Amino acid sequence: MINLVWLVPLLPLIGFVIIGLFGKQLSKGLVGFIGCGSVLGAFIIAAGIFFQLTGQAEKSITVELFPWISAGKLSVPFSFLVDPLSSLFLLIVTGVGFLIHVYSVGYMHDDEGFARFFAYLNLFIFFMLLLVLGSNYLIMFVGWEGVGLCSYLLIGFWFKNTAYNNAAKKAFVMNRIGDLGFLLGIILIFVTFGSIGYHDVFMMAKNFSSGNPVLTSITLLLFVGAIGKSAQIPLFTWLPDAMAGPTPVSALIHAATMVTAGIYMIARSNILFTLSPITMEVVAIVGVCTALFAATIGLAQNDIKKVLAYSTVSQLGYMFLALGVGAYTGAVFHVMTHAFFKALLFLGAGSVIHAMSGEQDIRKMGGLKKYIPVTHLTFLIGTLAIVGFPGFSGFFSKDEILANAFEHNKLLWFLGVLGAAMTTFYMFRLYFLTFKGSFRGTSDQEHHLHESPKSMTVPLMILAVLSIVGGFIGIPEVLGGKHFLEEFLKPVFEDSTLRLIHHLPEQTELILMGVAITVMAAAIYYAYKTYIVNQTLPAAEEEELTPLHQLVYKKYWIDELYDNAITQPLNFISHGLHKVVDNQLIDGIVNGVGTVVNWTSSKIRLLQTGNIGFYVFVMVISIVIILFTRMM
Amino acid sequence: MRGGWRGNKMSAIQTIPINWYLLLSTVLFTIGVLGVLFRRNAIIIFMSIELMLNAVNLLLVAFSSYLSDSKGQVFVFFIMAVAAAEVAVGLAILMMVYRNTKSSDINMLNKLKW
Amino acid sequence: MITILLIFFPLLAALLLLLIKGEQVKNIALGAAIIEFVISIFAVMQFQHTADVQFQMNCNWINSLGISFHVGMDGISLLLVLLTTFLVPIIIFSSFKNNYKNPALFYSLILAMQMALIGVFVSLDGFLFYVFWELALIPIYFICLLWGGENRAKITFKFFVYTLSGSLLMLLGLIYLYQNTTAVDAEHLHTFNIDALYKAGRGLDAAHQGYVFIALFMAFAIKMPIFPFHTWQPDTYTTAPTPGTMMLSGIMLKMGTYGLIRWLLPVVPLGVEQWGHLAILLSVIGIIYASCIAIAQHDFKRLIAYSSIAHVGLISAGILALNVQGLQGAMVQMISHGVNVVGLFFIVDIIQQRTSKRDLESLGGIRNVNPQFAVLFLIILLGSVALPLTNGFIGEFLLLNGLYQYSAWFAAFAGLSVILGAVYMLRAYQKIMLGHTNDVTSSFAPLSGNEKTILVILCAAIIVFGIYPKPLLDISEPAAAKLAELIKLK
Repeated sequence: MINLVWLVPLLPLIGFVIIGLFGKQLSKGLVGFIGCGSVLGAFIIAAGIFFQLTGQAEKSITVELFPWISAGKLSVPFSFLVDPLSSLFLLIVTGVGFLIHVYSVGYMHDDEGFARFFAYLNLFIFFMLLLVLGSNYLIMFVGWEGVGLCSYLLIGFWFKNTAYNNAAKKAFVMNRIGDLGFLLGIILIFVTFGSIGYHDVFMMAKNFSSGNPVLTSITLLLFVGAIGKSAQIPLFTWLPDAMAGPTPVSALIHAATMVTAGIYMIARSNILFTLSPITMEVVAIVGVCTALFAATIGLAQNDIKKVLAYSTVSQLGYMFLALGVGAYTGAVFHVMTHAFFKALLFLGAGSVIHAMSGEQDIRKMGGLKKYIPVTHLTFLIGTLAIVGFPGFSGFFSKDEILANAFEHNKLLWFLGVLGAAMTTFYMFRLYFLTFKGSFRGTSDQEHHLHESPKSMTVPLMILAVLSIVGGFIGIPEVLGGKHFLEEFLKPVFEDSTLRLIHHLPEQTELILMGVAITVMAAAIYYAYKTYIVNQTLPAAEEEELTPLHQLVYKKYWIDELYDNAITQPLNFISHGLHKVVDNQLIDGIVNGVGTVVNWTSSKIRLLQTGNIGFYVFVMVISIVIILFTRMM
Repeated sequence: MRGGWRGNKMSAIQTIPINWYLLLSTVLFTIGVLGVLFRRNAIIIFMSIELMLNAVNLLLVAFSSYLSDSKGQVFVFFIMAVAAAEVAVGLAILMMVYRNTKSSDINMLNKLKW
Repeated sequence: MITILLIFFPLLAALLLLLIKGEQVKNIALGAAIIEFVISIFAVMQFQHTADVQFQMNCNWINSLGISFHVGMDGISLLLVLLTTFLVPIIIFSSFKNNYKNPALFYSLILAMQMALIGVFVSLDGFLFYVFWELALIPIYFICLLWGGENRAKITFKFFVYTLSGSLLMLLGLIYLYQNTTAVDAEHLHTFNIDALYKAGRGLDAAHQGYVFIALFMAFAIKMPIFPFHTWQPDTYTTAPTPGTMMLSGIMLKMGTYGLIRWLLPVVPLGVEQWGHLAILLSVIGIIYASCIAIAQHDFKRLIAYSSIAHVGLISAGILALNVQGLQGAMVQMISHGVNVVGLFFIVDIIQQRTSKRDLESLGGIRNVNPQFAVLFLIILLGSVALPLTNGFIGEFLLLNGLYQYSAWFAAFAGLSVILGAVYMLRAYQKIMLGHTNDVTSSFAPLSGNEKTILVILCAAIIVFGIYPKPLLDISEPAAAKLAELIKLK
């Protein structure tokens, strides 16, 4: 199976080529079939690879396809690495990807760009698979930029809308800022180690001492890349805007897979990061700040997708917190559970929007429980999972992160719990406002309310099941479980875990769990009290808000800040350089040379009087002068 | 037997010392130059130029004889031939100028400027 | 022999064209260019992958001055010859619909220019190089002057004088080197042979190598152009007829970068050591400077012109970093830039033909009426912003890698072009293709067969060499490695 790994990305690529070239001629059914089928095929192979890998002792297999770039001692093959980490991500990407493809068949059914949509989705899956499969940093970078491109194309999928196009452009450019850091990081890796293959780099890195400044620079540069792709402070503002894309895109790209690429990258380079304690601190701090910051914004948003978007940013912050405290397994675990429940939530939101005929404002929803029961139930499961309700998948992964954070630094733990409380509150706020109470939309909308087709609800149900059971592969030992995931990923993180020893007293761990559950319960109760008992509604657009509320509602004016601090000065500089420096100064000098020559000539030509006598006179005098000077 | 570095027979030219030739030729040349500079009549300027040419010719012949090298005399023939051609062309131009301007004053010919 | 054929076949075709009248001219020109391409493919197939100069031809020309007609190709030359022979048919083909007046002269000039460009890339004699270098200027001067747009007389004149003054400095440098060559035998005191010039340059002391460096670098910098010698370029690119712009940006610009590689770095290594830092600094400033200005452009053609300055700045910085990665990156990027920029200018031409507008603000929504065009445009654009799996990425990665080994900060600043490039290119794409159609664009005609063929060929080149650049890299690798060694041996 493992030697067939090249088929995994190839199948979606073939799907993309077929749909891309002949999409217009094919029927929608066929397009959907090819789109989903190619990903399903990839999933089946990925599953085969996964099981083969669990069954065999050799845990890291490189499959080389063809030589790609070489120059001097730099030699980059196009090759894939199959190991526990990549096989796990393969499963997540193809599995969740397949479900979202199926969902999209229903969701996008009436869109004129149906074929185009599937072409882009397949292309995205292809690049995402390259990202996780590459056996060196450059292949990862190929996937990295490729998914950025697909993200750009899909955010701007409805390309007639200028706001959407701007959002797409913003996402691409912000990603590129990160990409530059990543690229420089790769180059520094090459300069330091003379290779960019994972295997060589990690082997050599082990010989470096902890805190080596070169490693710190490398990891900081890589982290810049992760910041861009995984929407952390300060490059997070593109992600909420990216909700302009169709909802399945938000689920697939901007929740489940692409945005977790940064976590994958750090987990992949875990040994480099473990050896750079400074970077680890930075990662943890950026992570926890983002988690808190985004959660506060999420408290006041009224767009169903925006709430989920900020929640994604916040959850990504948790993953970085986990990475920063050295809990690589915890981070990957949370990536996985998050992929399930956040995809579920987004798809559920899509189903709600579908039912509401495109309405996204939760102030105009309410009481949807009885109209769309399947969506309601699955959405509730997703909500419980994300807030970490005991027994649901989010509980186990979040608990692991918080326990590790506690061990590393109590303050990080406290902030993490605070963020979790806010998460719980805004998620239940969202749930209550959407599904409970009475309907607040127009009667037209009410008339039209309906449950989504099977192709949409079945993926929801599967994801709901996964959101419940997904956590069982990582039950902490204090609860008498066995951490399968940790066992499975051990070969990848082995070298790092040797350096970062974790052991928390069992009692402490149980207490931490208890605190988290209590806080969560309190937050749920508070949300219940506010939105069910008191029937409070979020303020309408025209209402005056308290300054603090306003601050959060307007997302701390970060977008405006960037606009004023970066975009406008850049435009100003551009115009200035063009109009003043280029046209006036530099070209002025060039033209000035010409003008000087012209002017001098116009003066000198006056010597040409036309009087022959004068010419002869000058000639004779000159000859005399020359003769005299020669004689001297 | 004096003169004639290579022991040639002394020619008639060499009966006069070379310095006199130099003097005469310089005087002739200066007259020519001054004539060109200060006269305005084109014909006279023309003749002054001839005078300068012939001053050079004279010198060439003199040196040729003193050095017993015939190249100088050959040169003189060339100069005379060219001068003749020059006169032919020059006088033709002058004729045309005269027809156009009814004058042979060269200060009228100052159109070739700026 | 094949080198001679490559040089003189286009000249012959150019002369032949002048004798023919009528519509056939275009097809004959295209045919000749394609035959030339086939010849060059033949050369590639015969090429041995070593660092040696192959297909050499050396015959006396002006014997008394030590000038000979000495031509030949190593991997570096061959790649650029290949670029030339590949692009010229495309350029000719792309101009078919434009119906220029007096086509015989037009195409004959293009072919004549091809001859001169190939001559530049294969010359192994300093004097011959200079002759071809200047010869290339004459056809493009007439192309711009006779078929150019608004204000062409003034702009073309500036272009001509500017580049000519650069060339004069180069001539000065070459003659100085020539004077320092050692006697071959009693009759030939000096020679313009390339190896002799290398030896002469290397024999100079550091200060004099510095002077030679400045003289030659100025010529190449003006041709490329490098900041701050670039001000002729946007005007000329904008005013020239599109095939002329393609010749200028796609191929002629590479004369400058090729000059750096062949006629500067190995000649005066100490001069490079002294002034290379400044030269890279100018290149890097140029990258950011031109990218910033591109953001402020409204005329799409001018925007591409500025983006070209940014790209070529990176190429020159990579070359001057003096390592194999930089040199190889420069080679690949020269090819990629040629392909991409020709594609972009062709797109400008298509848009201008249909809407008679190049102004970003007045366009928009073309994607609605012509999705096919939008896809092809996007692919070329992605190549230009160096997305992985397009040809632009290979070059950019290697160049940045090479530059990083020279200085991390320079690489970081040069890397800003990655971001700024995305900003201005996506902005242009959005303004032209996305959004709603307007009066100008709503009747945007579908692509004709010819146009589709050209765009598909270019897009295929962009993707194929992005995924599998090995054939290109292999051709120039030995020569680049040898050159890097040669430079290090001060």
